[in-house]
Amino acid sequence: MSQYELAVILGMTAVTFLIRYSFFALGDKVQFPPLVKRALRYVPVAVLTAIVVPMVLLPDGQHWQLDWRNAWLLGALVSAFIAWRFNHLLAAMGGGMAVFFLWRWLLA
Amino acid sequence: MTTMFHPTRHGELLQGARDSLPMLAGAAPFGIIFGTLAGPSGLSLLGAMGMSLFVFAGSSQFIALTLLSGGAGLAVIVFTTFVVNLRHALYSATLLPHVASLGQRWRIPLAFWLTDETFAVVQHRYGAADASPLKHWYHLGSSLAMYGNWIVWTLVGVLLGRSFEGLDKLGLEFAMVATFTGIVVSLLKSRPMVAAAIAAGAVALLARDMPYKLGLLLAALAGVVVGVLLEGRTASKEAQA
Repeated sequence: MSQYELAVILGMTAVTFLIRYSFFALGDKVQFPPLVKRALRYVPVAVLTAIVVPMVLLPDGQHWQLDWRNAWLLGALVSAFIAWRFNHLLAAMGGGMAVFFLWRWLLA
Repeated sequence: MTTMFHPTRHGELLQGARDSLPMLAGAAPFGIIFGTLAGPSGLSLLGAMGMSLFVFAGSSQFIALTLLSGGAGLAVIVFTTFVVNLRHALYSATLLPHVASLGQRWRIPLAFWLTDETFAVVQHRYGAADASPLKHWYHLGSSLAMYGNWIVWTLVGVLLGRSFEGLDKLGLEFAMVATFTGIVVSLLKSRPMVAAAIAAGAVALLARDMPYKLGLLLAALAGVVVGVLLEGRTASKEAQA
């Protein structure tokens, strides 16, 4: 490993860790103000939706695919439906994946 | 996920790993592809393994490869890594209340292992109704599973030196989509939550061409702002009524 590689890895490690540790470092010394606490409750929904929606609607990353042939869309809708109707996460994952792979196999 | 188990350290640890299983499958092809691309991008075997062992952040590792092969300088790579991984600060803040009472020997490693996948699984567990005092063991289980998985598949990629045919087209990432979708839907318990999801999804689509995952960060912020504003309005209306 060259010195340059080592420097790249050390640099990347440092910034990545510092970001991840940023708030953990505070421990119980700091209490967030109520507004911040309220805002943080929306982070999981906001981030996870933002990750998933483009993957599902533009499976190749470039082209919209808003039709029934889109296995990503169909699988995600099945997962969403199962999670909403039965409130069972494992079933939502399994059901969505089963439909996704079945659909790709059928359309292949 | 499965909520019926005796909350022992061991039980939580295993459950955390088990609940991350779909994400392990989803990350595997990326680990292999990263290992495969490392050599051609000018990263040695040790360098590739070092990156997975110490940086442990898939998206930024891929972008680093692109930058390395383009001959980018150290400062550019480090700064880009900073921008790409900035979303983890949001995770760090969101999870803080759950880890605040733990000592540094817990908080430091859990911070090091914080990824999109572990964040998604773990916040779901921390939010579960039972008051188990051992949920950080679940957190540790998910972290260790994702870490071991990433290192193993990087190594496989490095050693093979070539990708399995069509590995990236198998659609294993769908496991992540199915899990995240299920988690999101289970969290949509109020109107502001639904609005936050719609706003985040819409901004993510509009900003999808922004480089370095900035669109994702922007979408997350938009969702949070919309949620908070709407919650404030609903609350003040109720106060008036």
